[in-house]
Amino acid sequence: MNKFTLPLIAFVALVALLAIGLNLNPREVPSPLIGKPAPDFKVPQLQDPNATFTPKDMQGKVWLLNVWASWCVSCREEHPIIVEYAKRGQLPPVVGLNYKDKRDDGQRWLARFGDPYLLSAFDANGRVGIDYGVYGVPETYLIDKTGVIRFKQIGPITPTVMEQKILPLVKELEK
Amino acid sequence: MKLIFAVLAALCFIHPALAKEAAPLAEDPVVEKRMIEISEELRCLVCQNESLAGSQADLAKDLREEVRGLIKSGKSDEEVKDFLVSRYGDFVLYRPQVKPVTYALWGGPFILLLVGIVVLVSFLRKRGKQIDEAPLNEADRHRAEALLKDVQS
Repeated sequence: MNKFTLPLIAFVALVALLAIGLNLNPREVPSPLIGKPAPDFKVPQLQDPNATFTPKDMQGKVWLLNVWASWCVSCREEHPIIVEYAKRGQLPPVVGLNYKDKRDDGQRWLARFGDPYLLSAFDANGRVGIDYGVYGVPETYLIDKTGVIRFKQIGPITPTVMEQKILPLVKELEK
Repeated sequence: MKLIFAVLAALCFIHPALAKEAAPLAEDPVVEKRMIEISEELRCLVCQNESLAGSQADLAKDLREEVRGLIKSGKSDEEVKDFLVSRYGDFVLYRPQVKPVTYALWGGPFILLLVGIVVLVSFLRKRGKQIDEAPLNEADRHRAEALLKDVQS
């Protein structure tokens, strides 16, 4: 064995480790909520201030909670994808969580870009967002029949995420 | 030219009105002090290289308000941190907890140090063996003594 073999192996291992580290996305912080019951809340609905929504209403269903806001730029990128998949009937019920928004702005945004949601809950002060560990809109939670969070998408849902992660998991959970 | 001066002068008067109002000071300095102490140990997830105490992100403001509320309701520092960790994960702590997943993180540097010492010691031993022992003979010793005397005198 050449005397440079060991240092070379160590160097390659170090480079590999650093390369992996550099290619991780620091924005994707694993949520501690996965595998835990979705935090409970009760807030008014966006379209109807007199009606309320609580995750308990969705008990027994697999559903998506999509956090969005009219001021959120990446939501515009994501929204057409949700609209499209909802139109094709491929999605489970999607509940919107209108996060730190103004009621008028939120309603206008849905009127303009389409409303794929069963309903949107209205989280005016972001308190629900804090309980769900929201730190960058859009975020999406997949919640199973027993109310446990199974998957969290941080940032916009892309067709790839939809096809490879969300839809297969929905199918499995709906069994 | 006069016009420019006039405009500048006018701007001087307008400016204070446009300036942002100072944020109101917290009602309770004790709560505020603890809030800052706790949030300096926490990472703001929006701008990840800033602490929760120093960040101007909207979420950081909300979370500071949340921390204030928790302090006022009598929660301990640990309970406040647990509140945030249970929502945002261990990543919010600048000082990670010691537990099985973080053993490598806490112990890693010491293991590296140990490996370094072992490598260094074995290297030095090996090198020590490679140097030929050349014992001083009588003639050399006399020469050396003579030289030393020469230096001293």
